[in-house]
Amino acid sequence: MADDLVLTRLVGRPGVTTLEGYERVGGYLGLRKAVTLTPEQIIDEVKSSGLRGRGGAGFPTGTKWSFLPRDVFPRYLCVNADESEPGCFKDRYLIDELPHQLLEGVLIAAFTLRVSHAFIYIRGEYRAQRELLDRCVAEAYEAGLAGRGILGTEWDCEVIVHGGAGAYICGEETALIDSLEGLRGQPRLKPPFPAIRGLYGSPTVVNNVETLSNLPFIVLEGGAAYAQRGTAASPGTRVFCVSGHVERPGNYEVPMGTTTFRDLLQKAGGVWKGRALKAMQPGGGSMQILGPQHLDVPLDFKAVADAGSSLGAGALVVMDQTTCLVDVAKRLVDFYHHESCGKCAPCREGTYFESQLMHRLEAGIASESELATLSDICANMDGRCFCPLGDTATWFVMSAYRMFPDEFLAHCGAGRCPVRAARPAAA
Amino acid sequence: MLPALWAVQDQFGYLPSAAVAAVAEELELVPSEVAAVSSFYSMYFSHKPGQHFVQVCRNVSCALRGADGILAHLGRVLGVEDGATTADGLFTLEGTVECLGGCGGAPMMQVDRYSYEDLTPDRCDNIIAALRAAPPVEPGRDGGPGGRS
Repeated sequence: MADDLVLTRLVGRPGVTTLEGYERVGGYLGLRKAVTLTPEQIIDEVKSSGLRGRGGAGFPTGTKWSFLPRDVFPRYLCVNADESEPGCFKDRYLIDELPHQLLEGVLIAAFTLRVSHAFIYIRGEYRAQRELLDRCVAEAYEAGLAGRGILGTEWDCEVIVHGGAGAYICGEETALIDSLEGLRGQPRLKPPFPAIRGLYGSPTVVNNVETLSNLPFIVLEGGAAYAQRGTAASPGTRVFCVSGHVERPGNYEVPMGTTTFRDLLQKAGGVWKGRALKAMQPGGGSMQILGPQHLDVPLDFKAVADAGSSLGAGALVVMDQTTCLVDVAKRLVDFYHHESCGKCAPCREGTYFESQLMHRLEAGIASESELATLSDICANMDGRCFCPLGDTATWFVMSAYRMFPDEFLAHCGAGRCPVRAARPAAA
Repeated sequence: MLPALWAVQDQFGYLPSAAVAAVAEELELVPSEVAAVSSFYSMYFSHKPGQHFVQVCRNVSCALRGADGILAHLGRVLGVEDGATTADGLFTLEGTVECLGGCGGAPMMQVDRYSYEDLTPDRCDNIIAALRAAPPVEPGRDGGPGGRS
């Protein structure tokens, strides 16, 4: 199985977070090979690998790159390390454990796309990781792997680590660009897409940390070797963040398509305390709920979509039989209310009303008619917001309501949370 | 803009209005433009917080593993309400922070720039005691002393 790993195969090697330690285990050989190839050759390898973006939307990476208009310069690469999705902690892990692997991937992408500047936008809360990346970037400059005349070629590229300051919305690619430009991080109207007019009005590619961390392997071993893992429809491996009511929460890299939710749950030691599974949320806080009936669904883009949810950013939050879904939904709704950027009314006002209502419901003081109001609010948000934040603010709560209507109904006028009241004291 | 504001906050612990004006002058903006940006981001402080900023994650993954109890415990230990600063100015407790990306070690908190995972009331007591005795605490592997191994 260890041979199947791509992203985490070097985790824990001695000194691997330093340049010297990373090069000792084959680090930067991918970049060294890349600079002997043409950008078209590299794009072909990435296309044949079938790599799809790991930030949430799952867009094919090679295709995204090919949207850049020919011969328009300067171009920029933005690395999305703003990971803020509830339940996601893989980018932090990949930076903590293998910062140079990310940096090598950034440089390979930068070489391929002929960008002059690569910006790593890392969320403000990841201060320790920002400092680690700063140190790694300095090492790379010192070794001639970044800056002017990289690896003896005529290629120049500056790498800048840029810290965010606490805003989930900056994970949306155009909000990230606004934030980099020194503005409030609010999404832009698309089109034009960043590939045409992005950072400082120039062609820009925004890629996720995990996406880029795959590149050293793909360039070195070839796209076909990457595509051997997983299935034809969902090639490669993926790091899934398993958290919540499991025995061993953590990051698990598994091949896509051939692994099921049940396999992933078993890797994490199963549901904790010998309890039964009540529900799970794949993809992070934005995505729809799934139940025990979905355990044998493979971790495949289409299969999970057919089940009514999404692999999103690669999380799995597990909830045992004692969990109150109204409480979980309330916390997620609060999250979106807190993180709404305020640009568009359906999201700004909608998340406010949603949050007010969910607090009343959780406390058992909402009436049954308010459940209809909740559905109405969500229907007026989903598909009507400026960016996906507002849409996704409705997905978990409405999917939980559909799967557990009785539990939502039982809260109405109960005066307290009936699920918590029924819990044994020890739970 | 964000790096300039970080430089100010790292120096003063918050963004004093005089410093915001200086940033505006340096970047050839008016102070209200800088304030519009700084007020958008939750990590820039307009008022000086305690010496240690204690943020307890209460999003789903942490909530499922007892974050509410941890926040209540810290409130008792520090003798402050959520959002308040201790009388000696040493700690500010914040329980309305969103997911800090430590779900694998839930429940977790971030104190200043370091994360502390797999929290129990005892572990919280030790962390607070260590911060009281010898601030700042050196980070362990995951950022905290005795962090996850």
